[in-house]
Parts: sequence; C-alpha cells; structure tokens
Amino acid sequence: MKKFAWLLTLIVALSMVLAACGTAAPATEAPVAATEAPVAATEAPVVATEPPVPAEPFRVAVVMPSAINDLAFSQSMYDALVRIQEEMGGPEAFEFVYSEGMFVVDDAAAAIRDYASQGYNLVIAHGSQYGSSLQEIAPDFPETSFAWGTTAETFGLPNIFAYEAASQEGGYVNGVLAATLSTSKVIGVVGPIEVGDAKLYVDGFKAGVAATNPEVQVNVNYIGSFSDVALASEAATTHISAGADAMTGTAQMVVGAIGKAEEAGALWFGTQSNQSSLAPSIVVASQVYHWEVVLKEMIAMINEGELGGVSFRIDLENGGEVIEFNPEYALSDDAKALAEATIKGIADGTITITLP
Amino acid sequence: MISELFSVTVLIGILASGIRLATPYLYASIGETFGQRSGVLNLGVEGQMLLGAFAAFFVALTTGNLWFGVLAAMIVGALMGLLMAFVTVNLHAQQGISGIGFYLFGLGMSDLLFQKLMGTVETVKGFPPLKIPFLSNIPGVGEIFFNQNILVYGAYLLVPAAWFVLNKTTLGLKIRSVGENPDAADSLGVSVARVRYFTIILGGVLSGIAGASLSIALLNVFQQNMTSGLGFIAVALVYFGGWRPWGVLGGALLFSMVNSLQLWIQVLGIPIPSDIAVMMPYVLTILVLVATVSRVRAPTALTRPFERED
Amino acid sequence: MPAMKKFFQSDGLSRLVDSLLPIFATLAALLLGAVMLFLLKVNPIEAYKALWDGAFGSTNAFAETLVKATPLLLVGLGICISFRGDVINIGGEGQMIIGAILATWVGLTFTGLPGWLVVTLSMIAGFLGGAIWGGIPGVLKAYFSVNEILSTVMMNAIAVQLMNFLLRGPMIDPSQAELSSKIPQTARLLEIFRLPRLAPTRLHLGALIAVALAVLVYILLWRTTLGYRIRAVGQNPHASRYAGIKVQRYIVLALLLSGAFSGLAGATQVFGVNYRMITDGSSSGFTGSAGFNGIVAALFGQLHPIMTIPASILFGALLVGANKMQRVVQVPSALVIALNGLVVVFVVSIEFLRRRRQRRRLAAAKQNDESPPSPEPLKQLETGT
Repeated sequence: MKKFAWLLTLIVALSMVLAACGTAAPATEAPVAATEAPVAATEAPVVATEPPVPAEPFRVAVVMPSAINDLAFSQSMYDALVRIQEEMGGPEAFEFVYSEGMFVVDDAAAAIRDYASQGYNLVIAHGSQYGSSLQEIAPDFPETSFAWGTTAETFGLPNIFAYEAASQEGGYVNGVLAATLSTSKVIGVVGPIEVGDAKLYVDGFKAGVAATNPEVQVNVNYIGSFSDVALASEAATTHISAGADAMTGTAQMVVGAIGKAEEAGALWFGTQSNQSSLAPSIVVASQVYHWEVVLKEMIAMINEGELGGVSFRIDLENGGEVIEFNPEYALSDDAKALAEATIKGIADGTITITLP
Repeated sequence: MISELFSVTVLIGILASGIRLATPYLYASIGETFGQRSGVLNLGVEGQMLLGAFAAFFVALTTGNLWFGVLAAMIVGALMGLLMAFVTVNLHAQQGISGIGFYLFGLGMSDLLFQKLMGTVETVKGFPPLKIPFLSNIPGVGEIFFNQNILVYGAYLLVPAAWFVLNKTTLGLKIRSVGENPDAADSLGVSVARVRYFTIILGGVLSGIAGASLSIALLNVFQQNMTSGLGFIAVALVYFGGWRPWGVLGGALLFSMVNSLQLWIQVLGIPIPSDIAVMMPYVLTILVLVATVSRVRAPTALTRPFERED
Repeated sequence: MPAMKKFFQSDGLSRLVDSLLPIFATLAALLLGAVMLFLLKVNPIEAYKALWDGAFGSTNAFAETLVKATPLLLVGLGICISFRGDVINIGGEGQMIIGAILATWVGLTFTGLPGWLVVTLSMIAGFLGGAIWGGIPGVLKAYFSVNEILSTVMMNAIAVQLMNFLLRGPMIDPSQAELSSKIPQTARLLEIFRLPRLAPTRLHLGALIAVALAVLVYILLWRTTLGYRIRAVGQNPHASRYAGIKVQRYIVLALLLSGAFSGLAGATQVFGVNYRMITDGSSSGFTGSAGFNGIVAALFGQLHPIMTIPASILFGALLVGANKMQRVVQVPSALVIALNGLVVVFVVSIEFLRRRRQRRRLAAAKQNDESPPSPEPLKQLETGT
C-alpha cells in the first residue's frame, strides 16, 4: 500500500509538472509576439536622431519590480525596450536583458551590482524604491551608466540618469474627458497606496475634473495594495453604488476594477499601459508611457561619453506620454477635440496643472 | 459625511459587497475546517487557490464553458490536496512547513503557466448574476442576497451542508474522532490515513473552487498573485470560527463587511488616512475575538501526524 | 555485503548521512526543476551552474549568500524558541517591520550621540519592537484564547499598513516630502550609524551578531530554567501546570522572544543593508519574505539554533543563486518561486527517512542492550510534529 502511494504520488507530481511545462514550451515566444501589437499603435514623435549603428551592440540591463506583462509599470519599460530594439535593428545592435519580479529591495540591489560588473553600457533600475541601492553602487562602477526612475534625483553623481513621468498630465487629460462624459457627475478612482506615480496621476486627474466642471464629485479609494485584485474590484463596485459612471485607476491590480466598470457600463480611463483590450466597450482612453523617448536620449549621450548627471521627464510635450484613444469606443468629436485641445494646451504650457 | 454612512444605499452596498467578498473565504475556510477537524493544518491554501483560479480561467477561456473551468479548478485542487495528503499523512512531514512549500509552488506555478500559456492579462465572461424569482424583487434584501452569481450561492449553501456532514453523519463523526483522538479512532477500526486523505483532498477541491470563484465569477480575470494573501486570511478565519462552519461564516462575513465598510469610508471622504482605513478589518477581527472570549478548544490532534504504535 | 551493511548502520556514519539528508532532498527537488527548465528550453546544466556561481562562485557571491542568510537565521532563532514552546509564530513579517521602524526611528532621532551607542540602542529598539509585535499575539493567546495563527496573520497586515502610513507621512524623508514623486522612504542613516562591513562586500556585522545569538539561544533553551520551562510547556502544558509552571506566562514569553528576534532581523536589514526604510506597499519588498523563509530555515535546522546556521546558509544560497539564474538564463521569476516551493516540500518530506533511520538505530541500541538511549534523539524525534 505504501509503495503504491509513493508511486501514485510521484506519477501525479511528475505529470503535473510535465503538463505544465509541456504545453508551455511551444508558446515560449508568445510574449514577444504580444508586445508587437502596441508598437503599431504608437505615434510617438521621435525626438532623438537615429544613433549610428555601433560595431558592438549597445547592452542594456533592466531591473523591474513586477512582471513584464503586468499591463502597468513594468510592462511600460519592457515594451519601450522592445521598441528600441526593433528600431535600432535587432539584437545585433541593441541587446537587453531583464530581471523581473524584483520587488525585494536588496535582491534588486544584488542584481544591479551584478549587471554593472558584467559591463553593460546602461543599467536601468526601474523602480523608485531602488534609489538608495543605486546611490551605493554607482560610485563603484564609474564606467557604467545607470538610470533610475521614477524620480528627478541623480544624487549629483556623474553616472546616474534620472527619469520620471509627468503622470499628472495624462491624468489631467483623462480627468477632463471623464468630467465631460460623466452624466451622473460622480467619478470613482481606485489607487494602490497614496504615493509616487499613483498619487501624482490621481492628483492630476482630480485637477482635470475640477477645471472642467467643479460640480463633479471625485471619490478616491486607495486599497493599500498593488496586488489585491479582489479588493480593487470591490472598490469599483463601491464607486458604482455611490453613483459613479466613470472611473480610473492606477497600478496592476486595477484589472479587477475594469471588469466591474464594464459590467455596470461605467467608463474607464487607463494609465501606464494601454488597457483597451481588457474591456473594449468602455475604455475611453489610456495614458501610455513611452520611455523610449528618454532612453534614446540617454543612449545618445552615453555614446558620446556622457554617463549621467541629467534628469529626464516624459510628458505630453516630448511625446513620452501619449493619450491613446480606444478606436472601439465611439468618442464624440466634441469630446475628442476637447481632449486634443487639452493635450496641446498642456504641451505648449497654456494649461498649468496645480496639484494639491 | 458620517451620517451618509447610515444611508440605505450605503448599507445595502456594504452588505451586498460583504456577501460577495466573503465567497472565496467561505469555500477555502470550510475546506480548511474539514482538514483541521481531522487534525491537519494546511497553510498551502493560497497556493491551491491560485492554481485553481488559473486552471478555471484558462479552461473557461479556451473551451468557452465556465463549468469546465470549475471542474478544472476542482481537479487541480484535488491533485494539490493529494500531494499534501501524501506528504503529511504518509511521510509525516511537518504540516505548517509543507503547507508553506505548497503555497510557494502554487504561487510560482500559476504565474509560470499564466506567462507561458497566456502571456498577457485577458478577461473572460464569468458567471452572470442569477436572480432568484420573486425574492430578488424584495427591495434591499433582494439586491443583497438574491442577485448574486451561482458560485456565491454555492458558498452559502456549503455552510449548512458542512455543518450537517460534520455533526450529523458517521463520516463527520469519523473526521472529528480522527482529529480529537486518532489512537482511539484507530483502535475502533477507523482508518486515520483514509479519513485525512479525504479531508485534505476535499480541502484542496474547495480551495480550487475558491480560486475559480475569483477568476471566473467575481473578477473574471487572472493575474499573478491575484489572491494577495486571501488564502492566509481564510486559514485565520477557521480559528475565528472555532472550527465550526457557522462560526466560519460569521468570521468571513465580519471580515468582508468591515472591508467594504472601509471602502465606503474612503469613498464618502471621511477624513481617515487610507492606510488606517485599510487596517480596520484586521484590527476588528482580533478585537471581536478578544471581546467574545470563547473557550473553544482546538482539535487535540491538530498538526500531529498519526503513527500507529506497533 | 553484510560488512558493508554494518558499516552503513554504524552510528556515527548513520548520523552523518542524516544531517546530509536535507541536501539530498534539495538536489532531488532541483532534479525535478531540471526537467522544468528543460521543457522551458533552457539548458539545466547552464542554469544550475549560474545558480551555483550566484551563491558560491566568488567572494562577493558568497558574501551575498551570507547577507541573505542573516535575517533568515535571526528569524529562525525566534522560531526555534516559539515552536519549541508549541506556538506557531507566522508573524515574522510584521515583527520585522515593527522592529525596523523602531530602530530606524532611534537612528534618525538621536543624531547627536556617538555611533556605537546609537547602533546599540537601535538594535535594542528593533529587538523591543519585535517583542511588542510578538508579545501582543502572546497575550491574546494566553489570556484571551485568540489563536496565534489568526492573530499573527492579522498583525502582519496591520504592520504593513502602519509602515505605509508612517513612511509616506510622519517619517518620510524630508527631501522627498518636497518633491512631487514623494517616494515613501525615510531619510538615510548617517554613515557612522551603519553596521560595519566585514569585507569589501555587503557582508555586515549583523551576520556575526546572528551567529553569536544562535549560541545564546542554544544556551537559553537547554541550559536555563526559562528555556526548560518553555520547552516543557510546549511538550505538555497540562503536566507543566501540575508541575507548578505558570503556563500562560511562558506562552507569552515564547511568542515575545520569537518576535524580538524577528524585530532584530528587521533592524539589521536597515542598519546593515538598506540604510533606510523604503516601502513598495507590501511586506516582502522590505523583508524579502524572511519572516516566512526563516520558519523554513529553522525547520531545515530541525529547530536547533546551531543547526539553523547551516540551514539558513543553504536556503539563503538557494534564494541568491536562483536570482542569478534568472539573470543568466532569463527564466521567469515565477519558476524560481515554484522551485523554492519544491525544495521546501522535498526537504520536509525527507524528514520521514531520517526519523525512520533514527527509530531503527534506537531499536538496534535496545536490542544490543547498550546504555539507554540519550534523551537528545528522542527530543529530535518530536521536532517533526
């Protein structure tokens, strides 16, 4: 009996693992294929000039806190690197490696140091929590260039670039649209924790709503987690019960909220990555980060021997932030014109966003 | 603002969303209750839920049949339960730690499968709300109790069913005796191993359904680590409920309703920092237990592997 | 052949084989992992070479392994105490956080005092912070019969939110408070307040402190009345009560001490590795899940403080090496997590073999009518439960 149980379990265990991986194997190339779709939609104006193809490939390593397919922060960087690689002519000219899921700060530090010691041209620490580690590591590798985001701080070191997203700008545009399209005059926001990029986006969104129609009420819910999909979903339901007919949210757990918005027929405004595919009928527009705009500038500077000390920002003006409208949502011409005027106004500085 | 908290809309909202949020806890906690009543602590519930959630979602997405999804979740949960049973019953492995091992395995494996088989977050059309005729038309009550999806109803039907099985059937008697005094049960001819195999696999199946209730009934989406600690709360609620299905129900409802209450507090703009609001369900669960000091004893043989003296 | 059999059954060798069993189990799990890697179209040999290199390949790699092992050992020491007292403390994550917060507060407040003093005070603060966060579930269990698994799970969640609240509010880095990005982190510790490094790597004094404490915990558990009573209560609370031991007091103490070591682990992470507290909204971002993994390390070490040292190093090596493997062969981080899970399951499962061998040894000893079996293996026999 005992032997039988042993054998049985071994077979079950093995077959589970084999089934898991066996079906998995053919699909290995899937992520790359999937990421090609957004490339086609990109209209980002290219700021930097085409860099000359160097003899050796330009080598980039990136460390990211979540998975490369999170439809949010990490994916925005991964997609940008894929786009650059394509533009520069494939892995022969531009090679990149990544460490995903590095949410443990000191694991990330080890990864950054390891990449730096392997002579990568640029090591990107894609997470504001990695700053302290970078401050330690960068001085030990004066020949390597580092990039850290999202922040404006280079610690005054000559080999650290800083980059950040003016997420309040896209938030403002989304806010203007939401205030225009909402008939119930109640809008709901689902956020993770009240800091950084998320807070900036939410504050910009609120400012956009207030500037368009001060009577519209914005209810904000921070759920205290970046991963609790169930609570994000219930937060969305709460907003709907409170009368919201338009919603937005930021970070990877909002996928739970988008579903609830779709069920209730409420509008959704996305950020960080294009979220239209999740609910084509209700996603109006998404603010999408095109980090390649600043990455290309960094690469150009590195090729010229400047390894850091500069702080970059993507925004609506330089095309690093793009509002991607969902073609499947029938946005009225008036509303679209208003959104485009707002984008233009923010880009040329006629609209200023005052944050609380 | 605070007075708004007592408006009808808000109360209905809190109750209805509390009922929904409690669903995955109920499946997983009732399953864990069976396991613990027979003397087995399974900390791997979260991993079983994640694999169940993925299996349900993937199968529902590819076959277009939600029930196949539920079935897949049950099978995956049963397999995980079988492994857990083998490790803890036959090999006498330390239960808590093997549970943590299975949790990590489920966390990683569900994510790996998700990345390799799907690659990106997708949505599926989950179980629609099922209105119970007449009852769903009762103002307020209908909205709260009789306009939910089928897996939600299932969770609440499970509670009396579990109570009945545990307290009114021979099987239940066997389970309890194995958890209280395995030696005595053994001498009366009850196979301790077989009973524990049964409860652990049942626990796995129910955790699988708990996962399915998230991915194809409540959220209709799968994402890495989407349970986000829910499985551990489910284990905690078994203790809250004092190893009784009705007590588990009370705990699951209390925790979920306070959670939806804190969402409303934020939505209504009551000036409490969001982090402090988020803490509320955790703090209150502990406080309620403190206030209602109950002297329910844990199953005596809980976490003790059974070895026949021979 | 009988001679050979005899040789393998000889006591010393048999025990040596026993102590190596977890390593065999790890290798078996990695073998299963190799099949997974193969199916993912990754060369398993290349992958495992990267894992080895990442953990032991160079001075720096080994230092990283030890850095990772330090909090595992500290949390594990606390687990040795609480599990011996038969309380299941899964609140290590929260206890690490509270310990770190208190220690960081001391480090950022008393900037005028000499370095050695502030570091000492901070470590004590960390110890106390963890003790408070572990003591509360202790009191709840002893006097309000609130189960410790429930309360520690809840207290973990509460600690995370408390950390988020403090780091984005009252304790935020003043320079961040002015920026729009508002990174939720505290100010950096002054350089004189950091735990000294032991080599030109990240290895810090915390590792030595942890090893010294392992010896102390051994003494505490087996050479003091306090330790004896904690173990007695753990083995048989009823008999202990008859023997006049105040059972409730020792339940509280077991959880309190257990929490204190986790709190110290949190403090050493801040003062030895990160030099500030940062939150990504979850507990693992700061703790690296050491609050959970420390439990696993302690059980790998059979709940023996000294044995927990190599167990922590083994587990730390696995974690550090797996990250390196992800970098070199670019496998998803998810595979690494699943692999860790397999290792844990295999290692706890192989305990079965060890216990069976031990029983046989005892039986053989009885048969030969040698001296009565020492109590030590008997006790170890019970650690599996």
